[in-house]
Amino acid sequence: MKEEFKVEIVNPEKSFLVKEDVSEVVVPAYEGEMGILKDHISIISFLKPGIIKILSKSGDNNYYVEDGIVEFKDNNLSILTSSIFNIAEMDKSKKQNLLKQAEIESSKQELNDQTKYLIDQKIEILKTLN
Amino acid sequence: MASLDDLKKRIASVKSTQKITKAMKMVAAAKLRKAQESAEKGRPYSEKMNNIILNLSCGISDKENAPKLLSGTGNDKVHLCVVMTSDRGLCGGFNSNIIKKAKSYFSKILSEGKELKIITVGSKGNDQLKRMYGDKIIENISFKESKNANYFDADKVGKIVIDKFVSSEFDICTIFYNQFKNVITQIPQAQQIIPLNSENSEDNTSEESYEFEPDEDEILSNLLPKNISTQIFKAMLENSASEQGSRMSAMDNATRNAGEMVDKLTIQYNRSRQAAITKELIEIISGAESL
Repeated sequence: MKEEFKVEIVNPEKSFLVKEDVSEVVVPAYEGEMGILKDHISIISFLKPGIIKILSKSGDNNYYVEDGIVEFKDNNLSILTSSIFNIAEMDKSKKQNLLKQAEIESSKQELNDQTKYLIDQKIEILKTLN
Repeated sequence: MASLDDLKKRIASVKSTQKITKAMKMVAAAKLRKAQESAEKGRPYSEKMNNIILNLSCGISDKENAPKLLSGTGNDKVHLCVVMTSDRGLCGGFNSNIIKKAKSYFSKILSEGKELKIITVGSKGNDQLKRMYGDKIIENISFKESKNANYFDADKVGKIVIDKFVSSEFDICTIFYNQFKNVITQIPQAQQIIPLNSENSEDNTSEESYEFEPDEDEILSNLLPKNISTQIFKAMLENSASEQGSRMSAMDNATRNAGEMVDKLTIQYNRSRQAAITKELIEIISGAESL
C-alpha cells in the first residue's frame, strides 16, 4: 500500500507547488497544528500564520504562510494562500522585513482582538525564524 | 492635385507612423505572452476557491441565516457595477466593448427604476462613462503605477466593494471585464459577484460531507470576502491579457493599413513625377519643332 498523497499549493498568481509523493503534511490550522496523513477525512479549514511542513520521500520542505485555506478531499490536499514563502529560500533581510511589517501592523490602534491575536502570532513565528 | 513635395512629405509621415505602430505591436506581443501566462497561472486558484465555496454552500445547514454575501440582502434596489477597463488607449475596441456592454446593462437597470452606482477601475472607462453617467460614478480607481495586475491591487478593490456592502450601500454587485479567448477575440463579460451566483457554475459538487474547522458559517463568512477579491483579481488578469491582445491586433491592422497607404501614395508620387517629366519633354520637343 502506498502511503502517499498529492499536495498542491496555489497562490493567486500561480500554482506554487505540486507534489505527488507526500507522506505527511503539518499545517497551522485555525484551531491548532494539524497533521494530515493519507486517507484523512475530507476537511476544510483555515490557516493562521505559521509553518507548513511537507514530509516526503524526496525530502522535507518548510514553508511560512500568513493566511489561507486548506481543503483535503480524495487524497488531494489543496492549500490556497495569498502569502507563502519557502523558508529555505528566505534570507535574513526578507525575514526582518516581514517582522517589521507585522510589528507596524500590531502597533495600530483600531485592531479588534482577533486580528491582534493573529498578528501577535505572526510576530512570534517570525521571531523564531530569525 | 498635390505637388510632388507634398506627396513626399505625406509618404514620410505615414512611414514614421507605421514605425510607431509596428513598435507598439511588438511591445504588446511581448507583454501579451506574459499576461496570458499569468492569466493561465491564476486560474487554478480561482477555480479551487469556487469549488470550495460551492461545496460549502451546498453543505450549509441553515439557509436562512447564511451570510449575506452568499444569499444577498433580499432586495435588488441598488445595483453596484464595477467596470474594469485599461489605463491606456490605442487598443482597438477593447475599452469600448466593455463600455458598450456596461451601458446596455445600465439602461436596463435604470429603466426598471432601480438605483445605479458605478465604480470604475482604470482611467479609460472613467473618461467614457463620465459624460453620460457622471453623477452615478461613486469611485474611480486606477492602477497606473503597477506594471502588472497583482493580487494586492485586486484586494484593494475587493475591500472597497465589501466595505460598501457591509454599510449596505448596494444590494447587487456586478463586474464588467473582457474575457480573453484568443488574440483576436475578447468577450466582454458581466459577472455578478454579490450575491454569489452559483447557478451558472457546473454541478461538480459531491454529496460527500466535509469536516469543518471551525464551523461552516465561520468559514463561509471568512471565505466569501476573499472570494470577491479573487474574482476581481481573475477579472484583472483576464483584462490585462485581453488589453494586450486587443492592442496587438489593433496595431497589426494599423501597420498594415499604413503599408497600404504608403504603397498607394508611392504610386501616386511616381505617376505625377513621370507626368512632370513627360510634360517637360513635350515642351522641349514642341519648342524645338517650332524653330
